[in-house]
Amino acid sequence: MAYITVRDLSLGYDSQVIVSGLNFQVDKGDYLCIVGENGSGKTTLMKTLLHLKQPLGGQIQNGEGLRPNEIGYLPQQTDVQKDFPASVREIVLSGCQNRCGLRPFYSKEEKTLAAKNMERMKINELSGRCYRELSGGQQQRVLLARALCATRKVLLLDEPVAGLDPVVTTQMYELITELNKEGITIIMISHDIAAAVKYVSHILHIGDTLFFGTTAEYLESDAGRMFFALQKGGEYCNG
Amino acid sequence: MDKLVLYLTFPFVRYALIVGILIALCSSLLGVTLVLKRFSFIGDGLSHVAFGAMAIAAVLQLTNEMVIVLPVTVISAVLLLRTGQNAKIKGDAAIAMISVGALAFGYLIMNVFSTSSNLSGDVCSTLFGSTSILTLTPGEVWLCTALSVAVMLIFILFYNKIFAVTFDEDFARATGTKADSYNLMIAVVIAVIIVLAMNLVGSLLISALVIFPALSAMRIFNTFRAVTVCSAILSVICALGGIIISILAGTPVGSTIVAVDVAAFVICYITGIAVKGAGR
Ligand SMILES: Nc1ncnc2c1ncn2[C@@H]1O[C@H](COP(=O)(O)OP(=O)(O)OP(=O)(O)O)[C@@H](O)[C@H]1O
Ligand SMILES: [Mg+2]
Repeated sequence: MAYITVRDLSLGYDSQVIVSGLNFQVDKGDYLCIVGENGSGKTTLMKTLLHLKQPLGGQIQNGEGLRPNEIGYLPQQTDVQKDFPASVREIVLSGCQNRCGLRPFYSKEEKTLAAKNMERMKINELSGRCYRELSGGQQQRVLLARALCATRKVLLLDEPVAGLDPVVTTQMYELITELNKEGITIIMISHDIAAAVKYVSHILHIGDTLFFGTTAEYLESDAGRMFFALQKGGEYCNG
Repeated sequence: MDKLVLYLTFPFVRYALIVGILIALCSSLLGVTLVLKRFSFIGDGLSHVAFGAMAIAAVLQLTNEMVIVLPVTVISAVLLLRTGQNAKIKGDAAIAMISVGALAFGYLIMNVFSTSSNLSGDVCSTLFGSTSILTLTPGEVWLCTALSVAVMLIFILFYNKIFAVTFDEDFARATGTKADSYNLMIAVVIAVIIVLAMNLVGSLLISALVIFPALSAMRIFNTFRAVTVCSAILSVICALGGIIISILAGTPVGSTIVAVDVAAFVICYITGIAVKGAGR
C-alpha cells in the first residue's frame, strides 16, 4: 500500500467543483511535482491531501502507517497576521511541535535540528529578527526551515521557490533532491516545469486535461508536450 | 504613605492586592493570543454571558456565585468556539445574539426578581466591577488563587503549543498538532480568566484588562516571549498601581485599573515610536 492513495477525488469550494476524477498514488521515496495553470486547483488539492479541507467526493487513504505528525508543509500563503510578534527562531522551532506530543518544552535535539535547518536556509543571522520585518524571500526561507523541522517522512511544498533569488533557488532544488535521496517523500507544486523535469520522478498535471505518471511519460504525453512547449516557448523557437 | 501602610494592616486590603495581582497576571497571559487569533469577540461575548449568570446567581441568592458563573461561562466558551469555527458569518451573529441576549436577560431577571433595594447599584457593580474586590472572603481568595495558579500552570506547560496554534493554525493542524483540542483549551482558559477578572473589574471592562497589556507590549517588543513577559509585568504593575490609587483616592477599583492600563498603553506607544525612530 502506498503512502497516499487518491481515488476519484473531487475538489472545490462549497459544492463548486474545480477538479474531479483525480486518481493517483504517492509511494515511499517518490518525488512528485504537481503542475497546472494558476487557479487550476493545485493549492486546493494540497490542502485536501493535508485534511485541511474536506473533499467534495472520492477518497484519500493514508497507508504504511503514515501519521500526520510525520508530515512537513510549506503553505503558499500563510494567514499570519501582519502584527504577530514572533522571532525567526521561535517560528522555525514551532515546526518541531509535532515531535513533542504532550511534552511541554523542546528538547535539545529539537533545538539543534532547528538550528541546523536555519543554517541550511541561510537564515541563522536572522534568528533573533522579527518575522514581520523580513523581506518576502526571507520569510519564505523561514517557513521552509520550519517545514523541514516538521518533516520525518513526507514533505509537501506549495511553490517552494517562489520569491527566492536564483542562487537560493538552485540550492533549494538541490536540498530537496538531497532530502528525497535520504528517503523523504516529496510532493511539490511548481510552475518551474523546466527545473521540475530535471529533478522529479512523477508529475501530476491538473487542469483541463489530467495527467499522472512518471516524468518520462509526461514528456511524451500530449498534456506534457503542450504545457512544456508553452512554458519554454521562447527557447523552442530559437532552437 | 502613612495612609497606605495603615490600610495594608487590614486583611481585606491585603486580600484585594493578592487577588488583584494574580488576576492581572493571568488575564495578561492569553492577551496576545486573544488579540491575534481574533478571539477577542469571544472574550466580549463571554463577559456578557458571565453577567447573565451572575444575575441568576444573585436572584437565587447564592452565597458563592462562582458555582453558577464558572460552569455557564465555560460551556458558553465551548459553544461559541464551535459556532465561530463552523460558519464564519453565522458564528459572528450567534455571538452577538448570545452576548446581547444574556445581557438583556440578566438585567431583566435582576429587575423582576431582585429583592435588593439598590437595584441599579447591583447592576452597576456587576458591569463595572465593584468594591467586591475589597469584600472578598478568605474562601473566595483561595478559589481565585487556585484558579489563577491553574491558569498559569496551563499556560506555561502549553506555551509552545499555544504559540504554534496561534501563529499558524493550518500548519499546526496539517503537521499533526491537535489544533482543535488546543483551541478548546484556550477557550476554556479564557472563560476561567473572564470569570476571575469579573471580580476585579466587572464584566464590561474585562476585555480592556485582557487586551491592553498585550497591545502595549506589542508596541515595544518583537518576539512572542518578550511580548508575553512584558505584558504580564505591565499588567501586574498597572493592577497594583490601580488598586493602590483607588484605595487612597476612593475611586472605583475596576475603572481605575483600566485607566492605568490605558495610560501604560499611551506610554508604550510613544516609547515604541521613539525606539523605532532611534533604531533607524
Ligand atoms: N477559499 C476559497 N473559496 C472559494 N474559492 C476558492 C478559494 N480558494 C481558491 N478558490 C478558487 O479555487 C480555484 C483553485 O484555486 P487554487 O488556489 O487551488 O489554485 P492554484 O492552482 O493553487 O493556483 P496558483 O498557481 O495561482 O497558486 C480558483 O479558481 C480559486 O478562485
Ligand atoms: Mg496555489
